[in-house]
Order: sequence, then structure tokens, then C-alpha cells
Amino acid sequence: MAEFELKKYDEIPIGGVITGGATPELNKTGDWRSERPIWDEDTCIQCLQCWVNCPDASFEIAEEEIQGIDYEHCKGCGICAEICPVDAISMKPEGEVSEDE
Amino acid sequence: MSNGNRQVLTGHQVVANAMKQVEPDVVAAYPITPQSEIVEYFSQYVADGKVDTEVITVESEHSAMSACVGSAAAGARTMTATASQGLALMMEIVYIAASMRTPIVMAVANRALSGPINIHCDHSDSMAARDSGVIQLYGEDAQEAYEFTLMAQRLAESEDVLLPVMVTLDGFTLTHTAQVAELLPDGAVTDFVGEYDARYPLLDVENPTTQGPFDMPDYYFEHKLQQVDAMKNVPDRFLEVQDKFNDIAGSNYDGLFETYKLDDADHAVVILGSTAGTAKVVVDELRDKGKKVGLLKPWLFRPFPGEQIKEALVDKEAVAVLDRSLSFGSSGPLYLEVSSALSEEDEKPRLYNYTYGLGGRDIKENQIAEVFEDLENPDLEKKMRYIGARQ
Repeated sequence: MAEFELKKYDEIPIGGVITGGATPELNKTGDWRSERPIWDEDTCIQCLQCWVNCPDASFEIAEEEIQGIDYEHCKGCGICAEICPVDAISMKPEGEVSEDE
Repeated sequence: MSNGNRQVLTGHQVVANAMKQVEPDVVAAYPITPQSEIVEYFSQYVADGKVDTEVITVESEHSAMSACVGSAAAGARTMTATASQGLALMMEIVYIAASMRTPIVMAVANRALSGPINIHCDHSDSMAARDSGVIQLYGEDAQEAYEFTLMAQRLAESEDVLLPVMVTLDGFTLTHTAQVAELLPDGAVTDFVGEYDARYPLLDVENPTTQGPFDMPDYYFEHKLQQVDAMKNVPDRFLEVQDKFNDIAGSNYDGLFETYKLDDADHAVVILGSTAGTAKVVVDELRDKGKKVGLLKPWLFRPFPGEQIKEALVDKEAVAVLDRSLSFGSSGPLYLEVSSALSEEDEKPRLYNYTYGLGGRDIKENQIAEVFEDLENPDLEKKMRYIGARQ
């Protein structure tokens, strides 16, 4: 769970409504992940299929090119590895991930 | 006060009329006996151009209530109607509608829950929703069903309430029988219900919101407390709505329940819905014979007005609570509430529980008279009695 200030019941909007928009960024869901997608920049052809299909918008992009993966929000579903036409993404169990990956 | 618009109408027709006069933005519903004609009549009004409402026909009640929640979250005034298995199928979303604080008004034409399958009246369907977080109003006749449907709209949308309201009317007994009802002019209803101004309309793209999100253990409890608070506000708001309604209708609503010859009564029955009408006839007959008997009929069942009902009953000698549904392995739902309301009192009436009318079983005047006769016995054994069941 992300660290938020815990408010009293009468200090929050009713009905579970979350105001302000774009709040998922605040909620770090990356620690749900059991497998990590490893992106190989050299193999990647920048087709952006991973970016299009990622359900958590976790592919970082700049000037229409993939820059890397936001591991604070990626839940490790593996859709990107499945959809990549050139196998530039592989899924690795978190326990086997080395520090530089 | 009569405005001269007295008509002979079925329960279906009065509820459909009330919906037409409220003119909701959206109605999403699925047909089920004995509710179907409510939405059929209403759809005819839409087809005839008499009301400007988006009617969404769906493939099930689960979808009906889901569409209603989406509509209400978007900021639209939303109504639906169902019964029995339809309400049971809808139940998952009924809880969600309450928790998302969507002020949906729904008619429930009370019908027994299967099984065995049965299409006739009892209260097992709406009682199954008693813990869902919806407000529940029980009407005795077509007139009350009409008036509660109108009042429900204002009650649901009250700023410190914002909860769905279920208006029940006994299936067949009220839905399919023609009664004299007095309808208000359209304009008076339009003014009475006013405009609905949603607090967090999902379609307000300038102020984006996330609705119906996931709650972890760190917030679920607090959101439930908000619902507790909203329910607490209902009795006062209902009384205010009644005042405003009396102004336009010339009616005399002034409470959370109706009492009939109760003030000086020694013995009383507590009963919901249409059977209260039969019981009033019995009260009159027994009064003619010099018996001091009376009746209490809750209009509001959720939230249950326990404190007020305690005040009304505490000085009685004996009270019978008549339930039209079972809670297997316990007492009837209405009895449990009345019993709980009186539990802290040192001096309180002898209290008894009867079950009647399951699956549409008729209940007759003589059977209610027998209940009052039972109450005269100071040694009457405490046990559930099943009126008219072959035992």
C-alpha cells in the first residue's frame, strides 16, 4: 500500500469518490509483481505495441520511442512480452533479477 | 383537500404516473411479475412523447441496476422497478448503488422469493435487501405507493442523505387491483421534486473523478461509516419532505409510521404494507365491541425508527408483530426490530411474533381478530405463530 495520510470518515468525499483525477500515479502498484519484464533496447524495433497494450501505462516514452519501464507501477502481467514481435521483452522472476536489471 | 383528480387506477398505473411526473433522465429495468406493467406503462408514456426519459432495456436486473448506477454516477436522475427474483439478481449492485451514494428510486412490487417458485406477495424480497444500505418505504395502498414514489425522489437526493430509496407495494394485492387514487397536477410534482444536482457527476470533465474504486482495509470501514451517518439523517429529512409534500397535496403525513387508534389502546398489532388495511377494519370492529385495540404501520423500515416506535408502544399491555417474511432460524425481521427497540425498557408490553401471508397466502379479518384475541391471554406462550398455515 502506498503511504498516504489516513483521513477520518468525514474528511473524505462520500461514496468512495476520488477527486482530482490522475491519482493512480500516486498509488505504487509495482510491488504486486512476481515477474519483471526486461526490455532489450538493442533488439527493440520501436513498434510501440508494448506501450499500446500495457494495461498500467508503464512504458515510459519520449519522442515516440520507448525509454524504459516504470517498475513502480508495472504489475508484471506479461502482456508486453507476449505481444512483442521481436522478443525484445522477457519475463524474469523477481527473485532472480540482478541489481542492474 | 381534493384537487379533483381522483381516478380508478392500479398500483402499476399510479407508480408509472409518479415516474412520469418525476420525469427522470434515465430508467433502466427488466420485466418481472408482478412489476412488469409499471415499466410497460412508463415506456408507453415515453413512446407517446409524454415524458422525456431514456429507457434502457437490458438483459437482466443485474444489468438494470448496473445501468442505473452508471447513469446516476454520470449525474442523471435515475429510476427503476423490480420484484422478487429480479431484486435478488440485482442485489449485488443494490449494495454498490448504496455505497456509491447514488440516489436511485426503485419500486419493488413485493413477491415471494423462490423456491418453491411463487409469483405472489410476501416481503421476502425487500427484506433480503434490508442490510444493503437502501432506504425502504412500505406503502399500504396505491395512494401511498404514488405519494412515496414522489417523496422518495426528494428524500434520496437530500444533500446529507444521497442514498437509493426502495418504495415497496404488495404484489398483486396493490399492483394488479384498481383503487381510487388522487393524482397531483404535473406542474406541482415538477416543482416539488425540483432539479437534481449531482455532487460528483462523472460527466463533469472539468472536475474529473474516479467512481466505484477499490478500497483497501485502510478506507473501507470509513466509507461504511459515511453510509451509517447518511442513514441517521433520513428520519429528519423524511419528515421535512412530508411537510413539503403536504403543502402541495393537502395530505397529513407527519411521522415515520402511521398509528391507527393506538393512543389509548391496550393491545396493538404492528404490520407493514397492504395487510394494515385489513387490520384497520378489524380494529374498527373490535372497537365497536369496546375492545381497546390499535395498529402501528411503519412507513419507514430502513432506517428503522426504533426510538419513535418504542415511544408509541412502550405503554401497551401486549403487542403482536406480524411478519410477512421469514428469517430462518430466528424471529421475523419486523419483530426483531420492534423487540430490539423495546429491549432496554423495564416496563414494556408482552411481545409476540406471527408470520402470515407467505407466497400470497390470504389473510382474513377473522385471523387478525384471533391475534387480538390471543393478546388478551396474559399467559400466552412466547413462540412463533404461523397464521393460516396447515400444521
